[in-house]
Amino acid sequence: MTSLEVRQLDAWFGKAKVLKSIDVVAADRAVTAIIGPSGCGKSTLLRCMNRMHEEVRGARAEGEVLFGGQDVYAPDADPVEVRRQIGMVFQRPNPFPTMSVFDNAVAGLKLAGRFPKAELHDRAEKALRAAGLWEEVKDRLQQPGGRLSGGQQQRLCIARALAVEPQILLMDEPASALDPVSTLRIEELIAELKRDYTVIIVTHNMQQAARVSDSTLFMLYGEVVEFATTQKVFTNPEDRRTEDYVTGRFG
Amino acid sequence: MAVAVADRRPLATGLSRSRWMKDRVFSAFLLLCAALALVPLVVIAMFVVVRGVSALNINFFTKLPPGPLDPPHTGGIANAIVGTGMIIGLAVVLSVPLGIATAIYLSEYGRGRIATVVRFTANTLLATPSIIAGLVVAATVVTWTHSFSAYAASLAISILMWPVVTRATEEVLRLVPQELREGALALGLPRWKVVVKIVIPTAGSGILTGVMLAVSRGLGETAAILLTALGNSYMNTSYGRPTASITLDIYSWARQPQPVLQELAWGAALTLMTTVLVLSIAARVVSIRRQRRLA
Repeated sequence: MTSLEVRQLDAWFGKAKVLKSIDVVAADRAVTAIIGPSGCGKSTLLRCMNRMHEEVRGARAEGEVLFGGQDVYAPDADPVEVRRQIGMVFQRPNPFPTMSVFDNAVAGLKLAGRFPKAELHDRAEKALRAAGLWEEVKDRLQQPGGRLSGGQQQRLCIARALAVEPQILLMDEPASALDPVSTLRIEELIAELKRDYTVIIVTHNMQQAARVSDSTLFMLYGEVVEFATTQKVFTNPEDRRTEDYVTGRFG
Repeated sequence: MAVAVADRRPLATGLSRSRWMKDRVFSAFLLLCAALALVPLVVIAMFVVVRGVSALNINFFTKLPPGPLDPPHTGGIANAIVGTGMIIGLAVVLSVPLGIATAIYLSEYGRGRIATVVRFTANTLLATPSIIAGLVVAATVVTWTHSFSAYAASLAISILMWPVVTRATEEVLRLVPQELREGALALGLPRWKVVVKIVIPTAGSGILTGVMLAVSRGLGETAAILLTALGNSYMNTSYGRPTASITLDIYSWARQPQPVLQELAWGAALTLMTTVLVLSIAARVVSIRRQRRLA
C-alpha cells in the first residue's frame, strides 16, 4: 500500500499559519489533484508531503502524513529517506546545469553513491523511457541537460525523479511553464505514470485537473473546502465556493 | 470603434528631433566617462611595459640582485620570484579552503547571529589596511619566533585574502538558483551532498574568479610582507627565514638612485603585472569554456 494520508496537518511560514487542519487521502495508483487560487496553500501542502516545506527558512509543519502506515513527521523519520521514497517535480524545469542528460537522469542514484556503474545505463534508459523522453534524447545523452527544450527538460526532471524509484510522485504545477504541446505530453505521461505510482499534482489549471485526476482537493485560505472524486467536484460539488471556483466565477 | 485617420495625432512630432539630439549627447557623454576611466589603466600599463621591458633578459629571471659594482643586465630577481611564489602559495593554501568553507557556511547553512558576525568580520577585514594585518602578525608571530619569515608573510597575506575569497564565493553561491538545491534535495540527497555535488560545481567558474581576485590582491601586497618577510638579497627556500618578494624589490629599488636598480624595479613591476594579467585571463578562459560547454 502506498497511499498517502494527511491528518490534521498545520503549517506555518514564520508566524503566518498557511495550512489549517488539512485532512486528505491520496489513493494508491491514482492521480489526486490539488486546486485552488494562488496563495491558498496548495503548493505548501504538497511540499509538506515530502518534508520539502521545512527547507524554507522559518517554515514548519505539524500533524501527520502517513505513508504506507509510517508517519513522515515521526521524530525519528529521516527527511532524506522520506524524499527518496516520495519524489517531486517542480513548477519550472530544473535540470542540473553542470550535468549531461544521462547524468541528470540518474543524478539521484549516482550522487547517493555506491550504485553499480554497469546498472546506471539501464536505469537511465528505464527512467527516460518512463518519462517519454528516451526516443528524443537517446542519441545525445552526453549533451548538457540545459540544452533540451523546456518541455524536454521537464520530462528529464520527471525521469530524474523516477530513476530513484519512489513510490509516490508529487508534481507542483509541472506544466505551468510549458507550451500547450508540451503540456499535453506531460498530461499523457501522468496518465501512464498512475499505473505504477501514486501521483499528487498541484495545478492552477482546472481543465488540467479535470483531465488528469481521479480525485480533486479544493483549497481556500489554507483550508480544505472539498475533497471528492474529480467527477463530483467538477459536476456536482457540495460546497458553493467549490462551484464558484470550478465554474470560473472567481480565482 | 475605428478612429478616422484625420483624427489621429501625427506620429512625426517636432519633439522627436530634439529628443534624438539629447539622446546622442548623453550617450556621447557616458562614452567619454567610460573612456576616461580607461586612461589611467592604459597609462600605467604602457609605462610599466615601456620602462620594464628593457630590464628583461635571461639573467633577470635566473640571477640574484646585483651588487653595487655589477654591470647592468647581470643581476635579477630569481630569489624574489621564488619568495613570492612561496609566500603566495602558502597563503592560497591557508586562505582559499577556509574562505570557500566560510562562504559555504554563510550561503548554505548560516542563519541568525553567528552568520551575521562572520559576515561582518569578513567585511571589516576586507576594508582593513594591509599594513595593519602585517603589523599584527609582526607583533605576534615574528616576535614569538624571533625571526622575519615567509610563513609569517603567508599568514598576513592569507588574512587579507580570506575575506576576498569568502565574500566573492558567497556572492556566486547565492546566485545558484534555489530550484537546483530543491531539485537535488527532493531526490533524497543529504544537504552536504547537494552543496558538494550541485551547488559548488554550478558556481565553479565564479568561485575560481573570486580566488583569482584574492591571488591578485596577495601578489600585489607590499606593506604586510615588508613587516613580516622583511626581504632578502639572497636565495632563500626556507619558510622560517627572511624572504624576498617581487613587491619588496620594487619598493626598495625604486627608491635607489642607481639606474641599474631602478630598471630592475620596472622589470619586476612588469613581471608582477604580467603574472596578474595571465592569471586573470586564464581564469576567464576557464570560465568561458565552462559556460560554452553548458549553454
